[in-house]
Amino acid sequence: MTEATTIDPAEVAKFEAMAAEWWNPHGKFKPLHQMNPVRLDYITSQIAAEFDRDLTAHQPFAGLRILDIGCGGGLLSEPMARLGATVVGADAAPRNIPVAQLHAEQMGLDIDYRNTTAEALAAAGEQFDVVLNMEVVEHVSDPLAYLTACQALLKTGGLMLCSTLNRNPKSFAMAIVGAEWVMGWLPKGTHDWRKFITPDELQDLIRRAGLDPVDRKGMVFNPVTWSWSLSPRDLSVNYVTASVKRG
Amino acid sequence: MLAHGQSRPHRHIWPMTHDTDILIAGGGLNGPALALALASGGLRVTVIDARPAPLRTEAGFDGRAYALAIASKRLLTVLGVWQAVLANAQPILQIKTSDGIAGRGPAPFFLTFDSAEIDEGPMGFMLEDRFLYAAFLQAMQADPNITLMSGETVVGQEVTPGGVRITLASGQSLAARLLVGCDGRQSGVAQRAGIKRTGWGYGQTALVTAIAHAKPHHGVAHQFFMPAGPLAILPLPGGHHSSIVWSETDTNAAAIQTLSDADYLAALRPRFGDFLGEIALAGARFTYPLNLTLANSFVAPRVALVGDAAHGVHPIAGQGLNLGLRDVAALAQVLIEASRRGEDIGAADVLDRYQEWRRFDSTALALGMDSINRLFSNDNPILRTGRDLGLGLVNALPFLRRRFIRQAAGLSGDLPRLLAGQAI
Repeated sequence: MTEATTIDPAEVAKFEAMAAEWWNPHGKFKPLHQMNPVRLDYITSQIAAEFDRDLTAHQPFAGLRILDIGCGGGLLSEPMARLGATVVGADAAPRNIPVAQLHAEQMGLDIDYRNTTAEALAAAGEQFDVVLNMEVVEHVSDPLAYLTACQALLKTGGLMLCSTLNRNPKSFAMAIVGAEWVMGWLPKGTHDWRKFITPDELQDLIRRAGLDPVDRKGMVFNPVTWSWSLSPRDLSVNYVTASVKRG
Repeated sequence: MLAHGQSRPHRHIWPMTHDTDILIAGGGLNGPALALALASGGLRVTVIDARPAPLRTEAGFDGRAYALAIASKRLLTVLGVWQAVLANAQPILQIKTSDGIAGRGPAPFFLTFDSAEIDEGPMGFMLEDRFLYAAFLQAMQADPNITLMSGETVVGQEVTPGGVRITLASGQSLAARLLVGCDGRQSGVAQRAGIKRTGWGYGQTALVTAIAHAKPHHGVAHQFFMPAGPLAILPLPGGHHSSIVWSETDTNAAAIQTLSDADYLAALRPRFGDFLGEIALAGARFTYPLNLTLANSFVAPRVALVGDAAHGVHPIAGQGLNLGLRDVAALAQVLIEASRRGEDIGAADVLDRYQEWRRFDSTALALGMDSINRLFSNDNPILRTGRDLGLGLVNALPFLRRRFIRQAAGLSGDLPRLLAGQAI
């Protein structure tokens, strides 16, 4: 086990229940769990390609410092730590931090979870090899300012992975009508469709923030097999991008 | 306990409280196969085997043998075990199936499956237990990621926040991410996890032995569907030995098992006629009561079931081990892929992937074997005529026959990589 955290013991039971909820694949965060393998496949293969790592090797991400923005319960932070990376998990919602800390502790993982924002970390001069920016940009008020902070957080040669939702009638039907209203996968009001960003708009924003887009793929849900897969062509709803900070 | 060196580092920093990544209860054949498959992906495994291991490496011929499908052979090849048993494997070149009546020999409609009809070569191999087990043992001992604990049994298990902890009969306690039950149709792992089973007996018992015969078998396997149950004659190396799996009603089997060797042979002889010439007993005599037992779930928190622990099938066509190795290939692939993504290999969503992959296939096959047996194990003259015609019809239609051959060879369905002969 890792060292004890500074969580108030009176709060532990509540946080345990919340951690159990975050990590229950059939619970409230089921859509994230379903999508997670495909997100991780993209993240791990892009990091391996950029930093020349062998994913079949022992702790392939050893020596890499990774920031997970909007870490929630740690669904991406924990896998990165298991693969050997030094991980900082940041979340603007204070209640997520002890929940994520508690779960990492149970898993025997050492992860630095902080209640902070990308902008605050950038202002403090923090530097990372990889910034995970997954399903965040559609929730921020000023995407360009936010992406510029992400750029500032990267070391030269660093990699940013950014996923979000496209803005078109299909994404409205799938993400708002389907996921929130019909399936109840996400609480109503989780997403504001007007804040969704098309792949070309995102590419433009990333460039203006000072990064070079190097790849983009669609993440496609197949309702027949009930599973997610990566697609080089279909970016119509969920998509993910990779961009690099050049010297 | 056989200790191994620490030369090959394992992939993940598990908490200090975890002794290994994966615990496997059961050291039969599926357990070692799974251990080797997982170790090939860099995972650390501890196998708990009730038997005192070294005694069996020099075991003599006891007549127990398996019909290995092509897909199973591929898996053994990737795991580095096939090379060690190749010299002792008998290729099955042809399978002849027929309806039979005791004392009257085979019915007129023979159903013949010939390996020349598919591209993969022999449709399977017969391999004796003593060679297969010895090869598994040797491969496990050579793998630094595998610890074998012999003469130990699991008596307790408990799910912990980040894993599972087991207690052994010796009092020792071990913790891991995941516990896999390869502990047979009465799986203690399944019982302790609260997994209920569905199943029924057939009122049949399999009598298993080996015979020597005067005429060569030419690599042909025979399956006679007798009123009391199927009789399989499976070719062993050398051309003049065959493995016998002979199903009888429980009452008959109990009586036959008490017979002297000479009377046992006298009972067996008229059941398959004289096409192999004079026969003699060449191995020990075993009995196995036949029942179908399906676990209601193949997974539970921090627990997965493999082989007979998940689905004990009727041993028609020798599908039990082949089905178990399909579980092994699927589970190993799911766990190794999860570990390369950095996922928690014992998490419920990871284990669900294994269950979804295997459950339909194994349930369908178990029920298929069950209905074949029910259709053939009776003396109803209408059914008898119908199935004689049916066998003749399948024989007359090459397309249908090829499908049967590919199914029996384990080449159909969504194949895990190991069964396609590829490393994970």
